[in-house]
Amino acid sequence: MATCGVSAGAEKILGKLKGLAGSSTAVSVSATGCIGMCYREPLVEVSDGNSVFLYGDVTEERAEKIFASHVNDNKSVDEWVIVKDHASGEEFDYLKKQVKIVLRNCGVIDPDSLDEYINRDGYKAIKKILAGMTSEQVIEMMLASGLRGRGGGGFPTGLKWKFASQSKGPKKYVICNADEGDPGAFMDRSVLEGDPHSVIEGMMICGYAIGASEGYIYCRAEYPMAVRRLQQSIAILEQKGMLGDNIFSSGFSFRLTVKEGAGAFVCGEETALMSSIEGKRGTPKVRPPYPAVKGLFGKPTNINNVETFASVPWIILNGPEKYAAYGTEKSKGTKVFAIAGKARKAGLVEVPMGITINEIVNDICGGIKGGKKFKGVQMGGPSGGCIPAALAGTRIDYEEITKLGAIMGSGGMIVVDEDTCMVELARFFLAFTQNESCGKCTACRIGTLRMLEILERIVAGKGTEEDIPKLEELAQYIGKASSCGLGVTAPNPVLTTLKYFRDEYMAHIRDHVCPAHSCAALVKFVINPDACTGCTLCARGCPTKAISGEVKKPHVVDEAKCVKCGKCFTVCNFNAIRKD
Amino acid sequence: MGCRRIYYYLICVVKGDKVLNDTAYRFFSPEVAAAKTHKSDVIPLLQKVQVENGFVPVEAIHEISDITGAAESDIYSVVTFYKQFRLKAPGKYLIKVCDGTACHVNDSMLLLDVIREELKVDESNDTTDDGLFTVETVACLGCCSIGPVLFLNEDVHGKLTAQSVRKLLKEYRRKAQN
Repeated sequence: MATCGVSAGAEKILGKLKGLAGSSTAVSVSATGCIGMCYREPLVEVSDGNSVFLYGDVTEERAEKIFASHVNDNKSVDEWVIVKDHASGEEFDYLKKQVKIVLRNCGVIDPDSLDEYINRDGYKAIKKILAGMTSEQVIEMMLASGLRGRGGGGFPTGLKWKFASQSKGPKKYVICNADEGDPGAFMDRSVLEGDPHSVIEGMMICGYAIGASEGYIYCRAEYPMAVRRLQQSIAILEQKGMLGDNIFSSGFSFRLTVKEGAGAFVCGEETALMSSIEGKRGTPKVRPPYPAVKGLFGKPTNINNVETFASVPWIILNGPEKYAAYGTEKSKGTKVFAIAGKARKAGLVEVPMGITINEIVNDICGGIKGGKKFKGVQMGGPSGGCIPAALAGTRIDYEEITKLGAIMGSGGMIVVDEDTCMVELARFFLAFTQNESCGKCTACRIGTLRMLEILERIVAGKGTEEDIPKLEELAQYIGKASSCGLGVTAPNPVLTTLKYFRDEYMAHIRDHVCPAHSCAALVKFVINPDACTGCTLCARGCPTKAISGEVKKPHVVDEAKCVKCGKCFTVCNFNAIRKD
Repeated sequence: MGCRRIYYYLICVVKGDKVLNDTAYRFFSPEVAAAKTHKSDVIPLLQKVQVENGFVPVEAIHEISDITGAAESDIYSVVTFYKQFRLKAPGKYLIKVCDGTACHVNDSMLLLDVIREELKVDESNDTTDDGLFTVETVACLGCCSIGPVLFLNEDVHGKLTAQSVRKLLKEYRRKAQN
């Protein structure tokens, strides 16, 4: 019952099943968060006392049949079961290599139920700490775990907490960065919607460790369900005295407020985020001073990402050594990735650091949709880079990925195939960062605009040979003269695509061809005579009357008249038009 | 950026007078007005007005300035910075087409073109003449695995095609007529 589950129809199915169960005490129907298998939504899990069955692609009709057969008659409908006992089934490959630490409760508990969170070791970590650990001991545990900031920066969390704890003053703040601005990323949304208490508990532990009694969760407004769940969870905890003064009679007080973002990507940057909480425009500040010294309202502040906080209670309860047992030498633990784009199985996965990109794309996500050729992955959102398929044997590790020119990022991984134009992808990211630039630094504000103009000309088939060195020079300048991460990393998508897909740029510029058959200005719209039914829909809608043909006979596009608007492509109901 | 600066300067010069002398605010209850008096309350107050009205009327900016003490020009600069705030009333149905990376590589811009063409709107004139639909793009709705996606008011619609989008628009037109 996360946002995408609901849009796939899960709410209606929940209603149907609840209706069928009625007031029966033998059957309990409840909602849960994201299981991560988005490509088979809606999902329904049935536990019948002996085994656990996960049904996929459930419709209201199928739900009725499942209830009648499995719940009433104890006969599972095996043809619709995709995973059994988390150990077998046609979709088990998707789960096999995953390790769920951050997502430990997502898809298992009802996120609106505090009791269900408590029954899965919820709030045990903070109780353990308040019963007799010092803040130094907590920070030592975080340092020993090797946890690094999961928002993309990868800074050691324990060290960040240590700096904030060393700052003097009676007033300090904890902030959770739940802005998740990277387009293509939905890891944080799933945690906030599926297990909000894990984040709240992590923030409480941080507050204790650094000496803060107040916290903010800055959540993007485009996640209304997450905002609601957080507010409701906080209200329940306040009612029970688990937030507020003297929590668990320990003398430790902690209060949390949810602040909604207002639609600015730059507010994912920590200093811009704090400006936004203060009620101002989200303009980043130069650092130093870092937030740990002077942050929100000028006070020492520790700010971490949702995934980072959600990992904390698990580390405290299971021990930092267990966390550090996963991963590589410098990148410990697990990372949640939101796989989207052209992968066959798009969804949410949590994998140990050290797994290769190939394993994620092929073993877990089943390769590329429609049998197309795997071209690469884009990691790190608009600040990140593209890694070609030839280098997909690279391990997920902060430093190994940085060596390739990309970044780990927050976890968005867009899989691209032979039909994705890498030049257009670079243009897309640059258009995004150009739009989202706060405007303060000339290099970012104007530099990205100049780079975007060059890319737009290249994509329109009007690029020149001089454009490439110009792009590279601008990229250097913007990277050096911007004062925040947005500007510094804005050229990354262009730099990595130039590094690994230079041939596509040259094809656009020298040959006026888009190798991926994607850029409208450089493709021909061709009607396949075998698929065309002569319905005349395309001809009637063509703005230049470039399509001709008789009714019920295959039509033809006159290339000379075609202005490549693509309208015919969008109206054809028979997939008879292709881009060559 | 330069043009924007000149524009908002003119607004504060022309509408410099304070609207309110008594505490009968149009957009906020007395309780809210008494509680949210800090400058850091500017954004939550703006968000309240945006959600309840679908846009931020200029009168609301006057009231927020009165309540929090923040300068009207500063509040205006906040309104124009963040994408959530609109200064013009939207149509009955607000369509937000997601142009996040995953939706983008799954041809979300094709759908945007289809929608804009069907409704005869464009980037600068984003609302239909009958006031029924407003079309915007949004950076990412976080529903990447069911892309391409759009929000129609509070409802999420995923796995869209040109055909399904046209069907959706027809459906909502019919709803509005009944």
